[in-house]
Amino acid sequence: MKEFVEGSHAIAEIIKATQPGVISAYPITPQTHIVEDLAQMVANKELNSQFVNVESEHSAASVVLGGSAAGVRVYTATSSQGLFYMQEVVFNIAGMRLPVVMTCANRAISAPINIWNDQQDSISLRDAGWFQVYAEDNQEAVDFHLIAYRLAEDKRVMLPVMVCMDGFILTHGMETVDIPEQEKVNKFLPAYKPLYKLDTAEPISMGLLADPDYYMETRFAIQETMKESIGYLSGISKEFNAVFGRDYKDLLVEEYQTKDAEKVIVAMGSVCGTIKEVVDEQRAKGKKVGLLRIITYRPFPYARVYEALKNVPKVAVLDKAVSLGAYAPIAVEIKAAFYGKKKGPKVASSFVAGLGGRDITLESIHEVFRRLTVKEVNSDFIDLKPELLKEEYGE
Amino acid sequence: MENSPLFKSGHTACAGCGQAIAARLVIEAAGANTIVVNNTGCLEVFSTKYPDTAWGVPWIHSLFENSAAVASGVEAALIYLGKKNATNVIAQGGDGSTGDIGLQALSGMLERGHDILYVCYDNEAYMNTGVQRSGLTPFDTNTTTSPAGAQSSGNIRPKKPVPEICLAHGIPYVATASVGFPQDLSRKVKKAISIKGPKYIQIHASCPLGWRHESNQMLPVAKLAVETGLYPLFEYENGVLAGRKQIIPKPVEEYLKTQGRFKHLLNNPEEIKKIQEIADNNIKKYNLKLES
Repeated sequence: MKEFVEGSHAIAEIIKATQPGVISAYPITPQTHIVEDLAQMVANKELNSQFVNVESEHSAASVVLGGSAAGVRVYTATSSQGLFYMQEVVFNIAGMRLPVVMTCANRAISAPINIWNDQQDSISLRDAGWFQVYAEDNQEAVDFHLIAYRLAEDKRVMLPVMVCMDGFILTHGMETVDIPEQEKVNKFLPAYKPLYKLDTAEPISMGLLADPDYYMETRFAIQETMKESIGYLSGISKEFNAVFGRDYKDLLVEEYQTKDAEKVIVAMGSVCGTIKEVVDEQRAKGKKVGLLRIITYRPFPYARVYEALKNVPKVAVLDKAVSLGAYAPIAVEIKAAFYGKKKGPKVASSFVAGLGGRDITLESIHEVFRRLTVKEVNSDFIDLKPELLKEEYGE
Repeated sequence: MENSPLFKSGHTACAGCGQAIAARLVIEAAGANTIVVNNTGCLEVFSTKYPDTAWGVPWIHSLFENSAAVASGVEAALIYLGKKNATNVIAQGGDGSTGDIGLQALSGMLERGHDILYVCYDNEAYMNTGVQRSGLTPFDTNTTTSPAGAQSSGNIRPKKPVPEICLAHGIPYVATASVGFPQDLSRKVKKAISIKGPKYIQIHASCPLGWRHESNQMLPVAKLAVETGLYPLFEYENGVLAGRKQIIPKPVEEYLKTQGRFKHLLNNPEEIKKIQEIADNNIKKYNLKLES
């Protein structure tokens, strides 16, 4: 049913439809509206779930870990420092192959403290063994949560999924969203039947010590599953489209006007809406520009990126995060996709924008296209304020 | 002792490990309808080295400090599945993972009122990493990070009062027990699981390696801690002192001289006097002295 709602409320509605048995979260801006709405749904008896109010994000992640190990579908949501506080549990959940689904309302990382959007939080946890998908708008954010459970609980996968949505821009943005009906959700997402669980009828031990004779194989297994899962996403998308009448290809990347493009921006998340507007405007003027949107960041879709960009002469990678002292995170992947290949962009420049919630405007995107010249640049910051950089060290 | 189907022999604990005996007593008292959530630590390492496990009940280990939170999730899932009434949930860990790094998760579990028994195996230092000082290390103990030396007689602070911290949460049952008094320990576990809500039992468990005594002295050393008043055994039900083990107090020196971790004190009557005061305070506070 189509509703004009806040992003967070739309997420709460779809989580309700997935009927998680255990929900646990700790408040952090801008994640709060999602879990407030879920708490109210439980209070109103609209949702039959155990809502566990914890004393920290570390415990929120631990509660859903325990709930998942005990055999029920679980949900948590966080942001920024909260995600970092969860970090060791986040890795642990993946290592234990538990199909937890989490929303990350993307927010900048302290210091300086900043509650506004960039993608430094989830990107910094890229090596945790979680799938990471990034929504462009709230319709995708809603749909991706359903797909997340379906993927996580797939017996071939059994890995956690983080659905990333830009804090405030999406979580607090009002949009018309088609929230899937319960009947259709049940059709697409059957009740969770765990492979293994903590059960007194069939006692098992979980989370054992693996010495050097055994540890590496557990990591290898996750790596292989991640690689294979890239192929499952197109099948799951097709099923999703059939039930809900959407048009997702494979949920790995979106190619927007890239076929004959001479300049393409690679980006991720809600900024892609702004980029599409600039692309349309430039195309109307006859300029051959395009956008390659990364949807799934982990596992990274190298083959799809290669195919999409192999004939594009100039590529600008726009990161909303930095790897301080190194190439920006998405830029690294794009460069890696072409290393040693015959075809590929002559120029793959890297830009950083929108940190700590600085607006990425249409003009910011024009600036990226202007700076995308024959001279390759790396981690070139867009929209810096020169007057703030003039401050000198004390005498 | 016969082999137990719930905590099997063949694990890799040190000879004379008090924690291994205590853990077995706990799970045998709780029975087969129990799910155990274990913090990282000696017990986790020696009982579940892949591909082996000593546990005959469902058992899970996640991290060092989160057993209370993981157990909260397990309990919530059991409620959702309608299975809670038929299943006991035990969260457990050592003194460091309980009273130091895991104190916040423990406090959360207690405050939220989960129907879980938390068991702390208190061997009074970080034994798994090589005998470093924890918040529950006793006053004047020589550990690798609170070493005795020219200007130190060991750990400078008394034990953190974790049972009292738990008690302050208003939970229905808090008790201390000792591996030296196994029947008392089993009785307390059985009692705890018969009570709905959060429960806390702290078990004094001797560690031959960390305390530096012969492995065949595990039981007598643990007993002496109780008999000197240094490790009072008590039970609080609904906030009221409902029971304590009364003793004919022995001088603390009898306990201290059994262990290498206190050896540096034996020619230091001033320090021994301070430790005797700790025991005397316990004896007074819990009215431990048996009237002869």
